[in-house]
Amino acid sequence: MSAVPRTLFEKLWAAHEVAQTDDGQSLIAIDRIFLHERTGTLALQALEKAGRTIRHPERAFCVMDHIVDTVPGRPGLTRMPGGAEFMTATREAAREAGIRLFDIDDPNQGIVHVISPELGIALPGLTLVCPDSHTCTVGGLGALAWGIGTTQAEHALATGTLRVEKPLSMRVNFAGRPDPAVTAKDLILAVIAKHSATGGLGCAVEFAGEAIDALGVEGRMTLCNMAIEFGAWTGMVAPNQDVFEYVSGREFSPRGALWDEALAAWRGLKTDEGAEFDRELELDCEGMAPQVSWGTSPEHSIGVDAQVPEPSGEAGRREAMRRALDYMDLAPGQKMDELEIGAAFIGSCTNARLSDLRAAAKLLDGRRVAEGVKAICVPGSMTVRAAAEAEGLHRVFENAGFEWHESGCSMCFYAGGDGFGGMRAVSSTNRNFENRQGPGARTHLASPATVAASAVAGRLTDPRKLG
Amino acid sequence: MRGVVSGVAAPLMRRNVDTDAIIPSREMKRVSREGLGEGLFANWRYTDLATREEAPDFVLNRARYRQAKILISGDNFGCGSSREHAVWALADWGIGAIIAPGFGEIFQANCAQNGIVAVVLPEEQVDAIGAEAERRELRLTVDLGACEVQRVGDRALPFSMKPREREMILKGLDPIALTLSEHAAAIEAFEKSDRTARPWA
Repeated sequence: MSAVPRTLFEKLWAAHEVAQTDDGQSLIAIDRIFLHERTGTLALQALEKAGRTIRHPERAFCVMDHIVDTVPGRPGLTRMPGGAEFMTATREAAREAGIRLFDIDDPNQGIVHVISPELGIALPGLTLVCPDSHTCTVGGLGALAWGIGTTQAEHALATGTLRVEKPLSMRVNFAGRPDPAVTAKDLILAVIAKHSATGGLGCAVEFAGEAIDALGVEGRMTLCNMAIEFGAWTGMVAPNQDVFEYVSGREFSPRGALWDEALAAWRGLKTDEGAEFDRELELDCEGMAPQVSWGTSPEHSIGVDAQVPEPSGEAGRREAMRRALDYMDLAPGQKMDELEIGAAFIGSCTNARLSDLRAAAKLLDGRRVAEGVKAICVPGSMTVRAAAEAEGLHRVFENAGFEWHESGCSMCFYAGGDGFGGMRAVSSTNRNFENRQGPGARTHLASPATVAASAVAGRLTDPRKLG
Repeated sequence: MRGVVSGVAAPLMRRNVDTDAIIPSREMKRVSREGLGEGLFANWRYTDLATREEAPDFVLNRARYRQAKILISGDNFGCGSSREHAVWALADWGIGAIIAPGFGEIFQANCAQNGIVAVVLPEEQVDAIGAEAERRELRLTVDLGACEVQRVGDRALPFSMKPREREMILKGLDPIALTLSEHAAAIEAFEKSDRTARPWA
């Protein structure tokens, strides 16, 4: 029996702590490193130039996702200026380094945080890093995963470790039972709106409570995906039986006796009764409406049934709100569900898994996107795409007037398409920053169901109202 | 001298300046850490991205701030994407230190890796020097050795930084070499016992 009750985070940290350094940092063992063509290739090139080797090439992976063309058939390979050089350099660097690359013609290609769990590369109890801020996504499996810079990726590749100052522990408790129409995306937007975009700063955040226990595996990943938008070092959810079943039998998952051993270890990946967190926050889910963002930070989120807020709070916050209203061309008091949209996007590492596409398709079935709305669906991986097509979901999207694309990060950041420049867009992505989806694009973050309902209505719409 | 940045301070007084704003993805045109300064704040700095026509009101386009070495900004500077290009773009343009009430964590770590001093000061102090830099030409010295923001004729503002990040900047350390020289044995030992403890991993 362990004497002192420990949090999930403490257990993950302790299992990977190689050494403590005399300057207050820890050396943490890194089990998996994922790279992508936009930020990872430079790390591989720099290592080679310095004459260094990858300590465990079999634990390092690379994918083309960020700037790949997602238009069916990928006619241009990439639509990013200068993008071809990134792709060529990535192929070369991955080959030189001897690491597995999921190239654009690979049936397993897709967005890094979607394919790492699909392939069993991300597993409960592992540490995983990637030079990409949304690496925290796979905290949804009970992994300790966080985003790093390119130079840190070099360190992880060369030494199999990273130097990290131990973050504080935080638990966010979701109280009450949310409405069935309220999804993981709505929950995380509401947390960020209530506790701010810096609410989780310096913390490893565990999401817990009845509403979280009830979330499916993909919902848990959506939730943890936006831990970075909460300012957190990472997010995580204690894995349950659904998670174990999800990871079972995947290409890189353990098998046979190793699987049994892994499972036994994973069953202990939860916060012990009585364990203490450095910080605890709460969110009441009772009566919450589906959320949409109104401004230019994910903390600018509100119920889709609410009105654009009046700038309030201390001076810096008020000024940021005024600036956001100006950029979004909104005035306080306007009803969110009266805002007309020009574009709708379902995609990204946040909300482009099979359950997301099913939720959207359910609302789109037998309906049409409103006149003049540009609607695009980009599955999170080619595996998701194939699974959706096997169910006929692509026909539902196409019949409704959605474009049905190949996989990639795409319009999450104005990469693999023409962009939503100057348009008001409702988007299942994670960032509503100024110009993120194209120059002058005004992004409203929402769940896939809300995006689908809004696309049909031609204005931001509560999915419950579409029936 | 490492960790000492002296020059004009430019005020960019808004919150949540994200790394997409610092360098839009479309401005990352080559597989390189070099030459990214041209794309710095491109969506704010240029009225036309194609012709590079400058927005006259944007702070870095104003005559007083064209040679700025220090940037003053609002809370949560560098939030969002982990792209280290944001730091490389600031450095390439000429910024050596950034003063804000808080930073995105990955951005802050990326600064230390590249010798850029990310100074955290209380919001009221940041607002005050930001307002002063708006009113007149404000020259500051960020001295990481002394852990102070120094001003001529005014009291210095003390700040703190994580010891490792401070040392990395001051000594220009190579963390990979350091880890391999200091901890090679510990890594070997950990990996050996871990193979027994977690053979499935």
